[in-house]
Amino acid sequence: MNEFALVWEHRDMILIGFQNTLLIVVLGTVGSLVLGVLLTIPLMSRRRGPALIGTIYVDAMRCVPFLLFAYLLYFALPSLGLDFDNWWTGVVALILYNGAYMAELFRGAWANLPKELIEAGQAYGFTGWVLLRRIILPPVIFAAIPLVGNQLIQIVKDSAFLTIIAVAELTHEATSLQTTYFVPFASFLAVVFLYWLTCLSIESTVGYANRLAEVRR
Amino acid sequence: MTSYDYYSIAYGALATVSLSLISIVLGVPLGLGLALVRWSRLPVFNQLTIAYVSIVRTCPTVTLALLIFYALPVVGISMEPVSAGILTLTLSTAAFNTEIWRNALVNFPQDQYDAALSFGMNRNLRFRRIILPHISRTSLPALVSEMTLQVKSTPAVAIIGIVEITRAAIRVGARTYEPLPPFIFALVLYSLIVLAFVKTQRAVERRFAPPGDH
Repeated sequence: MNEFALVWEHRDMILIGFQNTLLIVVLGTVGSLVLGVLLTIPLMSRRRGPALIGTIYVDAMRCVPFLLFAYLLYFALPSLGLDFDNWWTGVVALILYNGAYMAELFRGAWANLPKELIEAGQAYGFTGWVLLRRIILPPVIFAAIPLVGNQLIQIVKDSAFLTIIAVAELTHEATSLQTTYFVPFASFLAVVFLYWLTCLSIESTVGYANRLAEVRR
Repeated sequence: MTSYDYYSIAYGALATVSLSLISIVLGVPLGLGLALVRWSRLPVFNQLTIAYVSIVRTCPTVTLALLIFYALPVVGISMEPVSAGILTLTLSTAAFNTEIWRNALVNFPQDQYDAALSFGMNRNLRFRRIILPHISRTSLPALVSEMTLQVKSTPAVAIIGIVEITRAAIRVGARTYEPLPPFIFALVLYSLIVLAFVKTQRAVERRFAPPGDH
């Protein structure tokens, strides 16, 4: 039990890591949702060019493990003249990677959308951007909510990989706590508990959002 | 990138494939067993399984690998990196597989179950001849997509020192200062592995399609 007391004593380290993880996850979520919606448009486009480029991007992301992609950015961004630190590289990697998965979820929901809905929208004179924003996207996003929830948990789990490029997130702080004081059991267990809490709150928030969406439908 | 670099990444693929296959071979039946525990509502074990699935499903694989590799020795269980890696991947895939199997069990048609009962089949026979073939078929797509996710989560065990595709590619990239070529080679290898799983799924589906379903 001594171990747990030591971790409690140094809880500020764990809490800094937790804060970082939460911030990274929130930025990753917002960014990948926006990217996902934007990517869905070329994916569903009737023109071959944009659709092909979108599909290649999404499929490539779906074939590559997150860690490998994060590492590519970690090495490649500086050589492109983009001077991001580890923290921002991690956030950008999360957004670009999970954005592709989000796009795939939205694409699935869009493909299942009844044709009549879009035709009715067009009959009322909606076209282009307004048709997209007012008619197509709301039901697509509502329908995708449960799957988006799963993807958010994936973002939380992916964020732990960032420890390998030395981002000071939760797992990283637990590792440094364990190497300094040799308290592997308590520190990793505490961290697993915090990840669990995070994902439970995501699940209940998504469940709540889903109920709201059901009401609107 | 020299031919030796290609070789070292391809050699990493061997580790990726074998780690994935071993954890799948162990994790799929383990998931089925836990799903049966959930299904039969065995007291205590049911609650333990619920807790296990809920915690492991949300635990990052990297963190789980660290916990198993560094924390288990504290309670007297110390493991080689490879065994710790296999245990990590098995525990994590089994948690997802439990949910997949359980979903199939919950949706198992009651009339087929009743028919088996009325033929006087005992518990064992009922499971082996009636339930298992059905739930295997309905779970297959979800199990295979979990397997492909599993392949992509194997790099997590790199943190406890196992060299698989990602770690090998990172090494090459760090040495040559050209991360793109090893990255693309790794991407090709991962795609081939994922493709192999998907093709196998298709073949198995055709082979075990219910009669008259062609």
